[in-house]
Amino acid sequence: MLQSFKLAIKSIIANKMRSFLTMLGLIIGVSAVVILVSVMMGYMNNMIKSFMDMGANTITVNLVNMPSRQASVDQMYDFFNEHRDVFSEMTPQVSVSGTIKVGSEKTTTTTVTGVSEYYGKLKNYKLEKGRFLSYADMVSRQKVVVIGYYVASKLFGSPKAAIGETVKINGSAFTVVGVVQRQDKTQLSARGSDDFAFMPYSTAGQLNGTSVPDYYIFATVNTQVSNQAVELLKDFLKTIYTQKETYFVQSMSQMLGEINTQLALMSTIIGAIAGISLLVAGVGVMNIMLVSVTERTREIGIRKALGARRGVILQQFVIEALVTSTLGGSLGIVLGCIASPTIGRFMNISSPANLNAVIISFSVSVAIGLIFGYMPAMRAASLNPIDALRSE
Amino acid sequence: MEKLIQMTDIRKEYKMGDEIVCANDGVTLDIDKGEFVAIVGKSGSGKSTLMNIIGALDVPTSGKYLLGGKDVGKLSDNQLADIRNKMIGFVFQQYNLLPRMNLLENVELPLLYAHVSNHEREKRAMEALEKVGLAEKAKQMPNQLSGGQQQRVSIARALAANPSLILADEPTGALDSKTSRQVLDFFKKIHEEGNTVIMITHDNAIALEAKRVIRIADGKINFDGSSEEYAAIV
Repeated sequence: MLQSFKLAIKSIIANKMRSFLTMLGLIIGVSAVVILVSVMMGYMNNMIKSFMDMGANTITVNLVNMPSRQASVDQMYDFFNEHRDVFSEMTPQVSVSGTIKVGSEKTTTTTVTGVSEYYGKLKNYKLEKGRFLSYADMVSRQKVVVIGYYVASKLFGSPKAAIGETVKINGSAFTVVGVVQRQDKTQLSARGSDDFAFMPYSTAGQLNGTSVPDYYIFATVNTQVSNQAVELLKDFLKTIYTQKETYFVQSMSQMLGEINTQLALMSTIIGAIAGISLLVAGVGVMNIMLVSVTERTREIGIRKALGARRGVILQQFVIEALVTSTLGGSLGIVLGCIASPTIGRFMNISSPANLNAVIISFSVSVAIGLIFGYMPAMRAASLNPIDALRSE
Repeated sequence: MEKLIQMTDIRKEYKMGDEIVCANDGVTLDIDKGEFVAIVGKSGSGKSTLMNIIGALDVPTSGKYLLGGKDVGKLSDNQLADIRNKMIGFVFQQYNLLPRMNLLENVELPLLYAHVSNHEREKRAMEALEKVGLAEKAKQMPNQLSGGQQQRVSIARALAANPSLILADEPTGALDSKTSRQVLDFFKKIHEEGNTVIMITHDNAIALEAKRVIRIADGKINFDGSSEEYAAIV
């Protein structure tokens, strides 16, 4: 047994180039499986995480408002207040054209939304300076705005300098009452997570000339009640809108579940495609082992003449195939483990090598060595010693 | 004398296309322990087939072959392998050393297949190499040696497992006359030490070096006698 291992390693070293090329198939196959699955999993986790950041306990409501059938903000508020045991926050969202001006020269374009006083809490924002919007701001349609760290830095140089200053949004003057703490610790950029501004939904409606918002975000007290919350919302909206097509309620946990199923399916398909390359590598191993047996027919003849039993010859060649494929598989895993996080870094996601992918692809490459090595080894073992000795 | 080989009416047939070719056609032959026999014949005479059967590389189509009292004709592949391993030491025309192994490893090979322990294996292989005067080259590779030296290594390999029979197939076929002489003297020495040696050759001059000569033609024995008697008819 030990002798067979020594022989296998000797033979692999003696045919460096050929052994390497045989292994290359396995290296590529195994590392492809590891990299694809790991990056895919990393991407999946990243996606789930960003959904979680948005709040796993949130429910979004889309409405198609018609003059005859529409839910006013007050109706939504009443509904929300009725079910405070289920809902913790609620806000309409009204988009406003996002050009903010200071004086006549400084300008920035950002996401400006009209929201309720719950928005800050719903988004998990902490204040850097100033205050959030209040219920009073909503009622009296105050022209006040809370801005992100990036907007404050760009327009005023610092959050502190921004408080109390006047900005112009869509031509109307607004007072900056609050600056939200920096969200992204690594970079501060346009379209980043610090580039936003929000104002009272009532003010936004006035600015846009639309009085009835068509988009709401609800947050539930916890994720367990989200299904119950969805039903409550649907029941409530049904009484106003009557037609199912005019209101859409979706909880984040539902969406997350759907996305998870899709991504899992995708990663299985990708893994399977990479698995095919492993199979091709297996055929390569078999091919080389067959060549090796043919080349060493005389050696096999000599060994048999000296008294090697069938099993000994069989073992020698199976072990050689096994060592080749195991070595190739290990190198593939090393490559995969190095490449996966590196590729992840380029994609801005965290994708450490996936343990399952490593275990499965390694086992598959060992199995390939056994299965595809067995046939050539069998051929070697059943060679007739006389014919084998005669071959050149 | 104790009988080592007892062959009775050995026949070996080969299928070549539709025709059946008879390579050995009723060979009956006894060889005692300690003999030095040359089997001589032209190519195609059937001497190689006879050697294969004697060497347990092949089994006869019919007839009885007892090697050391064992009926070889009825053994399986693996049992034949064990017989070759324990009872027969082969010396080939082309030396047939394994090129990727050093001399020591080559000589150890039959001992390895006999499951001799590491330490014992090395000891016995070194002894065999000493016998052929190549102990100091034990770590060299076969291709670093001359033809005569390689043939001596293959003799050492044949001797290593201490077999009942040394079977040499044209052992001087690839050597010049001077080295041939050395190798033949070597076989004589081994024989004098008590080993049974069978040498297969097509060359009458080489055959005469043995004590007994058996000549094969058309698959049959047509001479069996001492080398002196053989010398008289050639």
